[in-house]
Amino acid sequence: MADLTTDFLGIKSPNPFWLASAPPTDKEYNVRRAFEAGWGGVVWKTLGAEGPPVVNVNGPRYGAIWGADRRLLGLNNIELITDRPLQVNLDEMTRVKKDYPDRALIASIMVPCEEAAWKAILPRVAETGCDGIELNFGCPHGMAERGMGSAVGQVPEYIQMVTEWCKQYYGKPVIVKLTPNIADIRHPARAAHAGNADAVSLINTINSITSVNLDAMSPEPMIGGKGTHGGYCGPAVKPIAMNMVAEIARDPQTAGLPISAIGGVTTWRDAAEFIALGAGNVQVCTAAMTYGFKVVEEMISGLSNWMDEKGYTSIEDFRGMAVPNVTDWQYLDLNYVTKARISQDDCIKCGRCFAACEDTSHQAIAMSEDRTFTVKDDECVACNLCVNVCPVENCITMEEIAVGAVDERTGQVVSGEYGNWTAHPNNPAATAAE
Amino acid sequence: MASSHQASGIHAARLSAAEIADNFGDLHAPFDAHEATVAADRCYFCFDAPCMTACPTSIDIPQFIREIQGGHAESAAKTILNQNILGGMCARVCPTETLCEEVCVREVAEGKPVEIGRLQRYATDLLMEQDVHPFTRAASTGKKIAVAGAGPAGLAAAHRLAMKGHDVVVYEAKSKAGGLNEFGIAAYKSTNDFAAREVDWLLQIGGILIEYDKGFGKGLTLEGLKADHDAVFLSIGLAGVNALRTEGEDKEGVRDAVSFIEDLRQADDLTELSVGRNVVVIGGGMTAVDAAVQSKLLGAENVTIAYRRDRGAMGASRFEQDLAASKGVKLMFNVMPKAIHGNGASAEIELEYTEVADGRVKGTGETTRLAADQVFKAIGQTLEGAPQGIDVTGGKIAVSETGRTSVAGVWAGGDCASGGEDLTVTAVAEGRDAAEDIHTSLMG
Repeated sequence: MADLTTDFLGIKSPNPFWLASAPPTDKEYNVRRAFEAGWGGVVWKTLGAEGPPVVNVNGPRYGAIWGADRRLLGLNNIELITDRPLQVNLDEMTRVKKDYPDRALIASIMVPCEEAAWKAILPRVAETGCDGIELNFGCPHGMAERGMGSAVGQVPEYIQMVTEWCKQYYGKPVIVKLTPNIADIRHPARAAHAGNADAVSLINTINSITSVNLDAMSPEPMIGGKGTHGGYCGPAVKPIAMNMVAEIARDPQTAGLPISAIGGVTTWRDAAEFIALGAGNVQVCTAAMTYGFKVVEEMISGLSNWMDEKGYTSIEDFRGMAVPNVTDWQYLDLNYVTKARISQDDCIKCGRCFAACEDTSHQAIAMSEDRTFTVKDDECVACNLCVNVCPVENCITMEEIAVGAVDERTGQVVSGEYGNWTAHPNNPAATAAE
Repeated sequence: MASSHQASGIHAARLSAAEIADNFGDLHAPFDAHEATVAADRCYFCFDAPCMTACPTSIDIPQFIREIQGGHAESAAKTILNQNILGGMCARVCPTETLCEEVCVREVAEGKPVEIGRLQRYATDLLMEQDVHPFTRAASTGKKIAVAGAGPAGLAAAHRLAMKGHDVVVYEAKSKAGGLNEFGIAAYKSTNDFAAREVDWLLQIGGILIEYDKGFGKGLTLEGLKADHDAVFLSIGLAGVNALRTEGEDKEGVRDAVSFIEDLRQADDLTELSVGRNVVVIGGGMTAVDAAVQSKLLGAENVTIAYRRDRGAMGASRFEQDLAASKGVKLMFNVMPKAIHGNGASAEIELEYTEVADGRVKGTGETTRLAADQVFKAIGQTLEGAPQGIDVTGGKIAVSETGRTSVAGVWAGGDCASGGEDLTVTAVAEGRDAAEDIHTSLMG
């Protein structure tokens, strides 16, 4: 069986599945249950500065969207950082770390953007024996209004500044958690890197309104007839998170910066994909909140099985393998030609490919009297929409047109030579460069 | 003392009231809102959907299912009822397994179709429970139209004509409307007096007057109807039944399945309805299955359907055959009645095995006997009481595509008219289409 042990910034954990800083990691009771269930690590629910703890709303904190059978697809929350006294959390962390020395325990921290505040809390956190800290520069609701969370994460200079303070006053690894509520994720990542962060973790939640109550005319979750934007997470955000992870992994300025990936990890495959995009481990929250801590078992068995099938013996064997294949549009090979192919054996004749192509794409699918659907090669641009709307997996596939054959749509012979936009005759910039 | 399974002869109360109530409960439990959403989500919203083509009333099935998905089943109901005003009953009695659901791409691909019938019932029930009638009448045309027969075809025609602004008088030979919805079909497909409730709901359109106990041979003549109305629609069904022409057919205990089903449907207390211990049903259509299954549900010990051809030729769908088998009904194929024996009352039926040569059924000479204190004849209904002078073809009133008969100003539809299967849904389509044609010809 594959070895799932990970060494992230020197922090060992038996598997790459950590629980993200969030409601499931708010106290000793939950965290012990998580470790008993098999989670490799826990990022404790974000600690605030000494003093009166924050207060949460007393109405609903979560909103959601669902599939038809109530499968939870996306979750949004307006819960703030821990609302328990700092010392209570620190004492609990100390006990838990002592009892679970083989698991990763990270303290998430969010205090005001002042050096004194960080200088004050960091030694106390260090005393717990936890393995590192994560700087919460991500939460987009509530705390951001007070100049913390995403309000810091949206200003690269602040990220660098606070990261530097932490590196100065704390001896163990510093992970900077990034907000996705920003135009270009590379800038905050570069700032963290410049501040000597040991790693970045991303994504934190995305600003969102999950639903509007059309009777009360208020966003939901609704607190006394009003709602606010909350942080969106769960399976729906995974594609956004993967892009951001990949952008950081392939940015020359941050290449090699360790990444702890977060965003919609629900099964082993999600984790494998993030790791292929360069992540050293993954953090999970919504899946655990939806199904309980037991979900980690499938993640462990699934990742292990897949690694065995592929012959990977450790996470490092495939980590980052997809990064070199993430490129810019301009470098995609314009001479790579495919056509949709419909397997008549698998086709159930629903006609969705036809409706999609005829109404919204390139009129490249023909429909016969007896509902046989075929691709018109002289119209097919290989957009893949038919593949995506077909309810039968692998019924429609994309077939590569062989070198030397003619693309019936363009009349051009497939050359087999790599050719991208940068050198394309239609590109004014390419022409100008000559 | 209460009767029991084992009491020979024809008796009531073979089962307790509780057992009867359980047996005659809804065949398919209705969906709740969540189940409907999940079932609706299975629909692929096919382009030019085969289900819609297969529906005799051409209900836009993908559209109504999408409206259920969207959380507005009331719109779905309107989509259904706009095409099929008896969509509620059709959702219960349509042999969907040979219509929409048979051609559902998911039936073809997975053997598990989208449950169109149950979804249709969910939507139409919801609207009817709210007592909403979503149609209104056009301005009065001043035209008056006679409809003979308040079955599915007559009701569908009457509703469409009333909606167009005509005044409609429906003449019904029985004392209750609904036709086979009320007097035929199995009770477990139309629970809680649904047929009557649906008629009441349908009549909310207004402009429809039903005169009961009036029919041809019961005070009506076609000439009289024509003289008093601007158009006439005939939907008189098939009131006659075929005879067995078998020795012993006149013995006590031998009766028509349709009259048994009618008694059953009209019974206030099913424990008072008598049924034999050993029941044999002759026939292979839906009526045969309905009679056989309900005999079993009433507590008959042995129930056999005896059909003269093989399984594939049976009029009842495979679903209906399996339903019968699941209730404990024995299906016998390639047998025909030769004689009914008994001293005054039926005690045994003698069946002769058959073979089919050149499409014709003939006896092989080999016979077998079954105990039979009750024999139901379900070998088809016939046109009875059709007005004189109207063309009849193949035992039915000859009609055009739009229901025109050989007599000017007279249309016909439903089981009494030629063309189409004898199904509720077909009758509704024919009534609706004839109404449209009547309207066009009167207003054109």
